Amino acid sequence: MSETTPTVDSDFSLRRGIQKVVDFMEPAIVGLIYLCGWSAIIFVMAIFFFVFKESLPAITGIEEIGGGVDAEVEKLDLVEFTTSPKWIPESAKKPTFGILALMLGTLSVTVLSMVIAVPLGLGAAVYVSEFAKGKSREILKVLIELLAAIPSVVWGFIGLVVMNPMIVDVTGEPVGLNILNAGIVLALMSVPIIVSVSEDALRAVPDSFREAGIALGANRWEMVYKVLFPAAKNGLLAAVLLGIGRGIGETMAVLMCTGHSVNMPTSIFDPVRTLTATIAAELGEAVRGDMHYHTLFLIGVVLFVFAFVINLTADLIVKGIKVQENE
Amino acid sequence: MSTIAPQVVTTEFTPTGSRQMDDDSIRTNDLNLWYGDFQALMNVSVNIKKGIITGLIGPSGCGKTTLLRCFNRINERYGNVTTTGDIEILEKNIYDSDVSVRQLRRSIGMVFQRPNPLPISIYDNVLFGMGIHDADKSLSKSNRNDIVEKSLREVDLWNTVKDRLKSRATTLTLEQQQKLCIARLLPLKPDIILMDEPCSALDAEGIEKVENLIESLRDDYTVVIVTHNMAQARRATDECIFMLLGEIIEHSKTSELFLNPQHEKTEMYIQGRYG
Repeated sequence: MSETTPTVDSDFSLRRGIQKVVDFMEPAIVGLIYLCGWSAIIFVMAIFFFVFKESLPAITGIEEIGGGVDAEVEKLDLVEFTTSPKWIPESAKKPTFGILALMLGTLSVTVLSMVIAVPLGLGAAVYVSEFAKGKSREILKVLIELLAAIPSVVWGFIGLVVMNPMIVDVTGEPVGLNILNAGIVLALMSVPIIVSVSEDALRAVPDSFREAGIALGANRWEMVYKVLFPAAKNGLLAAVLLGIGRGIGETMAVLMCTGHSVNMPTSIFDPVRTLTATIAAELGEAVRGDMHYHTLFLIGVVLFVFAFVINLTADLIVKGIKVQENE
Repeated sequence: MSTIAPQVVTTEFTPTGSRQMDDDSIRTNDLNLWYGDFQALMNVSVNIKKGIITGLIGPSGCGKTTLLRCFNRINERYGNVTTTGDIEILEKNIYDSDVSVRQLRRSIGMVFQRPNPLPISIYDNVLFGMGIHDADKSLSKSNRNDIVEKSLREVDLWNTVKDRLKSRATTLTLEQQQKLCIARLLPLKPDIILMDEPCSALDAEGIEKVENLIESLRDDYTVVIVTHNMAQARRATDECIFMLLGEIIEHSKTSELFLNPQHEKTEMYIQGRYG
């Protein structure tokens, strides 16, 4: 015993030393974690502030040109901005900034993609959570996550090189870059999000609900349709909204697949242009401080509002689930 | 038999075959069941009589819930279950290939340990089974209302919930939820009601009320009830089956089983010496 006593002592003092360092580090670590938490909020606010500030001169007609001096610039006609289908920003005679066609382009592509992606995504989620077992479930989940990891430019490439000639062959349209093409590509891109969020929602349904349905004689389809869907409806709705958010915000793939021509869509074979693709394609060319430049930022604000409303709705719906669970 | 929805009797689980033992509702013959490699039931042969309340008692893991879940074949939803032997319900082997599991589950209702009303309205919960069995298509709205009222009256819930039939069933108290879970079986006019520790989630007052309800179901239905609670088995059952490690040890009238147990193990269990 007498031999081991010094070891215990030194071990003890070492531990006290570590404890001192930990005590000293603690406030620093806490501060760092606070910073990480707040940084997300700070970055979002900063981006919003910057985008909004850059778009402001188009609305107010006043631009700060440095040194606290303001200059008057041309004001954007907001009625024309929201109602005109003409987007001719670089016209030498009379530039026109109407985003109606662009909004309809975004809308049509997003709606079509959701028409495809929602049934596909919900079906896949039901399969993964209720029917697939053991290994096949794990493999499917990994593959679906992998689908989410494909860069959007690769999706755009597939639309351009694979889907484009296929649409030409099948439909006989002269060009295959249109709403249909972009809608399908965007649908495939939104499916992983819809699947993973709605799968979580379905698996959160207590097993006792399934047993209740089965014991009353429901078959598997009735169990899904009459028990799981009502029980998980908030989560499923949130999944769909997140998918829509993905559709509205996507840029590169739709830039490559829609045909990128300003056009009021009348059928799914029409090429269109979206809000996001317009910013991506034109911001590099626009003269800084120009009306065109400010208007592109204003489009950014419009997109910001769309995304914000959709995310907020999804968030409130998900919160709604928690409130009900606590009842 | 209560007279709910006379229109729907046409598609009931109709038993055929010999009728020599009319007063047995459920009969099992050399029933063995394995979960994977684990044998949960061993050579279970038991006759459960019609129109009485039979209790299944025994320590945890003795197979009483497993046996109960065999009767409506709900065990089969876990893929690794193997069964040998026969279960005859109302003179019909439920493992015969011509038996529709759907119809079987229609004539055998089940109440679970934790009340599990579906997250839809109280009204829709009562009618849920009718919807599954397409029995509600021919019903008018007033017919449906009658069915809901009758079912809820039968479980003594009508006066409490009649003003909020459209609110979510999950907002009820646990006792009310469990009553609702019994009420939703009634429109399908089951012959047998299986109950898996129906009172274990309830407080003393709730237990008393649900026990009284179970009492009132006797005569109209055959009730099989799994319970952990010795006092409850004594109070609420007519016959008791004592199980241990997957085997039936003793099956007799409740009064006899508790006053004069034939097996040493039964005696030890009901005296609380183990389990």
